[in-house]
Amino acid sequence: MAMVLRLSLFLTVLLLSLNPSSALYDDQVGLMDWHQQYIGKAKHVVFHTQKAGRKRVVVSTEENVIASLDLRRGDIFWRHALGATDTVDEMDIALGKYVITLSSGGTILRAWNLPDGQMVWESLLQGSKPSKKFLSVMNFKMDKDNIIFVFGGGCLHAVSSIDGEVLWRKELTTESLQIQQVFQPVDSDIIYAVGFVGSSQFQTYQFNAKTGELLKQSVAAFHGGFSGEISFASDDILVALDATGSHLVLILYQDEISFHQTYISDLVPDSSGVERILPTKLTGIFALKTDSSVVFLRLIGEYKLEVVEKINSAAAFSDALSFSEGQKAFGLVQHVGSRIQLVVKLDNDWNSNLLEESVEIDPQKGLVQKIFINNYMRTDKSYGFRALIVMEDHSLMLLQQGVIVWTREDGLASIIDVTTAELPVEKEGVSVSKVEHNLFEWLKGHILKLKGTLMLASPDDIAAIQAMRLKSSEKSKMTRDHNGFRKLLIVLSGAGKLFALHTGDGRVVWSLLLPSLRRSGSCQFPTGSNIYQWQVPHHHALDENPSILVVSRCGLGSDALGVLSFVDSYTGKELSSLSLAHSIAQVIPLPLTDSTEQRLHLLIDASGRAHLYPKTSEAFKIFQSEFPNIYWYSIDAEKEIIRGHALHSNCGLEETDEYCFNTRELWSIVFPSESEKIISTATRKLNEVVHTQAKVIADQDVTFKYISRNLLFVATVAPKGDCPIGSVTPEESWLVVYLIDTVTGRILHRMTHLGSQGPVHAVISENWVVYHYFNLRAHKYEMSVIEIYDQSRADNKDVWKLLLGKHNLTTPVSSYSRPEVVMKSQSYFFTHSVKTMSVTSTAKGITSKQLLIGTIGDQVLALDKRYLDPRRSINPTQAEKEEGIIPLTDSLPIIPQSYVTHSLQVEGLRGILTVPTKLESTTLVFAYGVDLFLTRIAPSRTYDSLTEDFSYALLLITIVALIAAIFVTWVLSEKKELREKWR
Amino acid sequence: MEKGKGVLVRRWAIDFTDNSTTTSSRDIPDPLGYSRASQDQDDSTVSRQKKDAESNWKAQKAWEVAQAPVKNLLMMGFMMWMAGNTVHLFSIGITFSALWQPINALQGVGKVFEPYKDSKVDTLTPKLLFIALNLASLALGVWKLNTLGLLPTHASDWVSSLPPAQEVEYSSGGLPLY
Repeated sequence: MAMVLRLSLFLTVLLLSLNPSSALYDDQVGLMDWHQQYIGKAKHVVFHTQKAGRKRVVVSTEENVIASLDLRRGDIFWRHALGATDTVDEMDIALGKYVITLSSGGTILRAWNLPDGQMVWESLLQGSKPSKKFLSVMNFKMDKDNIIFVFGGGCLHAVSSIDGEVLWRKELTTESLQIQQVFQPVDSDIIYAVGFVGSSQFQTYQFNAKTGELLKQSVAAFHGGFSGEISFASDDILVALDATGSHLVLILYQDEISFHQTYISDLVPDSSGVERILPTKLTGIFALKTDSSVVFLRLIGEYKLEVVEKINSAAAFSDALSFSEGQKAFGLVQHVGSRIQLVVKLDNDWNSNLLEESVEIDPQKGLVQKIFINNYMRTDKSYGFRALIVMEDHSLMLLQQGVIVWTREDGLASIIDVTTAELPVEKEGVSVSKVEHNLFEWLKGHILKLKGTLMLASPDDIAAIQAMRLKSSEKSKMTRDHNGFRKLLIVLSGAGKLFALHTGDGRVVWSLLLPSLRRSGSCQFPTGSNIYQWQVPHHHALDENPSILVVSRCGLGSDALGVLSFVDSYTGKELSSLSLAHSIAQVIPLPLTDSTEQRLHLLIDASGRAHLYPKTSEAFKIFQSEFPNIYWYSIDAEKEIIRGHALHSNCGLEETDEYCFNTRELWSIVFPSESEKIISTATRKLNEVVHTQAKVIADQDVTFKYISRNLLFVATVAPKGDCPIGSVTPEESWLVVYLIDTVTGRILHRMTHLGSQGPVHAVISENWVVYHYFNLRAHKYEMSVIEIYDQSRADNKDVWKLLLGKHNLTTPVSSYSRPEVVMKSQSYFFTHSVKTMSVTSTAKGITSKQLLIGTIGDQVLALDKRYLDPRRSINPTQAEKEEGIIPLTDSLPIIPQSYVTHSLQVEGLRGILTVPTKLESTTLVFAYGVDLFLTRIAPSRTYDSLTEDFSYALLLITIVALIAAIFVTWVLSEKKELREKWR
Repeated sequence: MEKGKGVLVRRWAIDFTDNSTTTSSRDIPDPLGYSRASQDQDDSTVSRQKKDAESNWKAQKAWEVAQAPVKNLLMMGFMMWMAGNTVHLFSIGITFSALWQPINALQGVGKVFEPYKDSKVDTLTPKLLFIALNLASLALGVWKLNTLGLLPTHASDWVSSLPPAQEVEYSSGGLPLY
């Protein structure tokens, strides 16, 4: 066995030495990887259709992406992902060729070139305090320049749109002044800024737009007080709600400030509790959101209001669009049954519609949330309208002429959690015709391939081969394959929608907008948090479909009640959902399953009680047997405490719930809050498989790994060091890492890196921890590795004892036996900063590991674990070299070919998931952020299978030729022999 | 070179010492002073001598065969020395042939010594020598295998296949979800 292993090892080493890089060839791109680009939920939309050859729309999103989309197909022309903190506040178009964005709380103004998305200029605007953000572009007819007015950080700026130069700046930061609106009436040189001082004072400022001169400033007090926002009722009248929310206050602001109150109930009789005034930019009409409906109100005459329409279903309406001289239109979209109805109206004429369309919509898209309209000229010179609609699941679609032209599943840009599910097993009894067809195709394909191998293929053939390889039906089948490459990736998006993606080609197999994750009366702010594999049938329960568990909470606080949903992973139907009577602080999947292969889960609520799911007596029985051995720990990052708990007894609540358990605190580790602050933790993956506990080192010696699932890595930094790099000196920053056994609370290892700081990214696998941090003294990023060895097993070295089985290596171990551990550690410099880090995992854990590092450039780099080996030394001995130890260098090499994502970028990379396949050498890597990327990697090359491009036809032909040759020579020799005998 | 002659004699069976008793041969009178009596009288001794020679020769042959592996052994040793101590195709090939040859030879011990079987010839000792030498050769092969590190003589060879020990306790948790 060992010999065979070593032989195979030798062969892999041989292969490795032959082929040092793991890079792809150009024609292999797309064979086993796919890449999908998304932008996220659209926030602002600017159409650019006038006289442009290619109609396009610029979109800024919740994921801080600015993208230019093709209006005809929805493809991305260009795209920029701003940083996670660089939120886009406003967007507009200036000079007809620049997209202007205001971001980072109104402090950064950028201009992007429309055709290619290059940044033209960037201005940093000084602000003194957080405030509302406004952006408006003004066009002076006599000037070639457009002036951009920006309000942000309590300051009003006028910026030239040619070069981003600040023309003038006015600070509006008197005490407790909150500017609510900054606007500029059409065709006037005056800019108005209106706001509240305190709760009951109304203040206006008027500025000269060209010079920034303060023309007028007036204040008026309103005894009723204000609440919420100010909206426009008409050009010279603003509207706000009073402090109680029961009156509408009309504010005349231009010359003299005067207030007029209207009691809402008089207008809308059965309104109970007005929520807010919806921000509209219509003239003469504004919208009021109540609990159940949206009410449109119109101003008639002076200070007189009338209800125009009341919409009870979910609806969205667009801003006003001026499409011809003096005419403004707006779009209103609402649900009618399973269809959505789009109506475009003139803003001053409610009763007639410019356009009325309705279209069938996928119920899994949820409700409409936003609509943006744009006009175009029809061939008959009439006006047509198109609408971009943002749905509840964050998808974006274009509606034009009564059809959905395109849809983008942009919910996939905000993935919260990912899990995998197996596909169904292939059923027997495939039809013969299909087989024949396949056989013919197969042969044809292989003959083409053979031609390619023998360099006989024409360019057409080569193209055909490439197309065949890319579109192989083999990889996108809906059944399990022998190698386990085909799976379903089940992802939960930020919008509360579940998607099942096929690993073969990345298509959405099914999607489900979870009812439990939608806003409803009982659950106002549902937040999805995690998904788990609930039932993974194999062996005896194969006839059941696997299912997954979605854990969500109703609200944001710690005491928000939990909701569980169970979803069939083949069909995407919700099997059942449970509204819990307790909150969920933690979900602990137990290593126990019941007879139907349902995994037992322990849900810990905010008060520290544990609840067992599924609530069946069988599960309870199984759980009972393991009861004393189950522990849990909680990390309190605010108080810097880690606590360990054990299950104690049944809950002594009024109603006896036998699936609820009290827990008691066993241990706690309190970090001194004045010197340490928890910034990062890591644990081993629950499903990681380790093949062996022994590590063979040079000269056939053996050391024993300390392999424990109950290992927690904690990194703390000095409180001062928890800030961006460069703001602390090396003397006042340090990084302390701990390895903690979470059963006993024992600190196995503690190490201090002086002069270092976070952010820390760490991974634990087998018996090692790798973490990444910043070394302030060296001004470089560093990566450290800690390997843990079990000294208490080191005596098991007698061959005879091992041969006869007289050893204690397979006896179960307890953390309470206090295993004697030895740590080995080493640090290296690393060039990149890191966004996320992960490690490959394979089915049996035999294959060597690679670290997958999400770099700042949104790529995934595969780094062999061999580079992070504490036994590396400058001059390794011959034996160590044979073992594969690389001579020590001060920094880790970055080999360009080892980028898993090759030339692609996974914009806004947030996480990397590795999924083992059935083939031991191979693992699937799923990287997600705004983009999605999936590929297959083999850390030690594919030693257990032939490569994709292996020519079976060539092999077959060789065999056939050889057999033929054997027959021919046999016949010849027979004949010759006969002749010899006759002679 | 004597053995060669002996083989020739045996093959051809031409006996120049004419001990036939046919009269035709007796027709020719014996040369003067030649006494056939002594010759006839020695007839039995001659055949015995002949048999002795044959068995001698057989024994000799058996010993030769028995010693043949020495050459092989030396050659193998040389080849192994040439192959070096690292695992690669050449050294593995040589080692396996070094193992295979003696095993093959040992299997066919009976056949190798079959021609030399004789009641008078003692083939046991050559056989033993043959076996011993082949065993030595086998040992050489095994030794080579060991130096290549392909023998499970170390603890590491036995421990590697053992799965990691199970843990009694199970613990999980982390940062709260909110």
